[in-house]
Amino acid sequence: MSSRKVAEALGIELVEVEDWSCCGSTPAHTVDHLLYGALAARNLAIAEKMGLATVVTPCPSCLVAFKSALEMVQDDGKRKELNELLDLPFQGEIQSKSLLQIIYEEVGVEAVAQRAKRPLEGMRLAPYYGCILTRPPKRAQFDDPENPITMDRILEALGAEVPEFPFKTECCGAAFGLPKRELVLTLSAKILEMAQEIGADALVVACPLCQQNLDLRQGQITSREGVSVDLPVLYITQLVGLALGFSPREVGLDKHAVSPNRLLKKWEEKLKE
Amino acid sequence: MEILDLGSIDRHFIRAVEEESGQDVSHCYQCGNCTAGCPLSFAYDIPVHQIMRLIQLGQKEKVLRSHAIWLCATCETCTTRCPCEVDVARVMDTLRIMARREGTVSEEGVRRFYDTFLDSVKRHGRLYEVGLLMRYNLLSGRPFADADLGPKVLGKGKLHFLPENIKGVEAIKGIFDRFAKKRGA
Ligand code: SF4
Ligand code: SF4
Repeated sequence: MSSRKVAEALGIELVEVEDWSCCGSTPAHTVDHLLYGALAARNLAIAEKMGLATVVTPCPSCLVAFKSALEMVQDDGKRKELNELLDLPFQGEIQSKSLLQIIYEEVGVEAVAQRAKRPLEGMRLAPYYGCILTRPPKRAQFDDPENPITMDRILEALGAEVPEFPFKTECCGAAFGLPKRELVLTLSAKILEMAQEIGADALVVACPLCQQNLDLRQGQITSREGVSVDLPVLYITQLVGLALGFSPREVGLDKHAVSPNRLLKKWEEKLKE
Repeated sequence: MEILDLGSIDRHFIRAVEEESGQDVSHCYQCGNCTAGCPLSFAYDIPVHQIMRLIQLGQKEKVLRSHAIWLCATCETCTTRCPCEVDVARVMDTLRIMARREGTVSEEGVRRFYDTFLDSVKRHGRLYEVGLLMRYNLLSGRPFADADLGPKVLGKGKLHFLPENIKGVEAIKGIFDRFAKKRGA
């Protein structure tokens, strides 16, 4: 939702991969690497057929799946095995990038900042990249594995204050969602608490699964982990969208469990100054 | 210190892990970096560097029955920090696949969750989240687990309420079917 609008406003042309299917994510690679590769490869093969050069995804977990399929296809034996499972031929002549990478590398921080109509002044934001967007570096080929800075730079250029956040790449455990809730709560609590400790008004994420997990579970964390967390969790393009002039509603901020109203009010007041 | 019976070293297992993961486990020199950085260490029955050691020692049973391999979140910290460039996360992944095959899965809940997820992909081509919540909870006998999240997500238009099938659902079934045939299931 916010991704599409923001991409358009930044001049990135996005076409939907026709009839895309789910990449299988974490569950698939615990079953079989070939099946995992094939589920991701189907989408890439359709995109190849559509004549697209890059598949962009807002989700780091899909990205890993695409990149793994692209690694597999380099190997002749594995390419053959993959294609035995697919009904469209998959050549591997396509690349895959995250939306963040496209904004950072192809649009560029300055160009984004130039388009800002309503800078993010007065917002103090903790950037959380999650565990797999930049790691392992060999596969990710993007940013720094231990101290990524791309979101920091974008948010700073848009006028926000971005303090050092020590848990940028800690794992929030979202993939376990249902069966191991205690673990997810412990891991997520750590990240949210740290962001509160450094005085952030919100946590900014680059992964929709992290977003959902960290936003929805704050009530559970507060009642079960014995810490009180109350921190809006925003996806990076929602903030870029606000700066570009979209309304909070247009970027989906009305859909959050933890209301970002305090943050928005602080921002509005600062803009009025 | 545990005393190891030499007869218990399963060389076939060491080779199988190496082949399936594409990693040379003998490269690990037990520096402990992986365990130091692993966010799930606190929950593991066997820390990840010891898993690596147990593989080197061919301790198939201990490794494939460990809870640790199912609590691993594939966060890639270990792989990123291993000074010997062992893709440790890939090894953990391979161990899960092997444990499934050997029928030694120690964390039924995690396995069932993954299976339910994939089943949704197989049937609809995409993930049908509410269905996933319900099916998982029914299968695991916890119909109301996470119910406190329900109204929040449904009310906000986030999880899809009705399964949305994609046109290519047959193509996806095809992938699963050909896969099953290939693996002889
Ligand atoms: S980081 Fe690498 S070398 Fe060190 S214990 Fe772990 S696997 Fe072995
Ligand atoms: S990938 Fe698994 S074993 Fe490695 S650090 Fe992450 S959770 Fe631990």
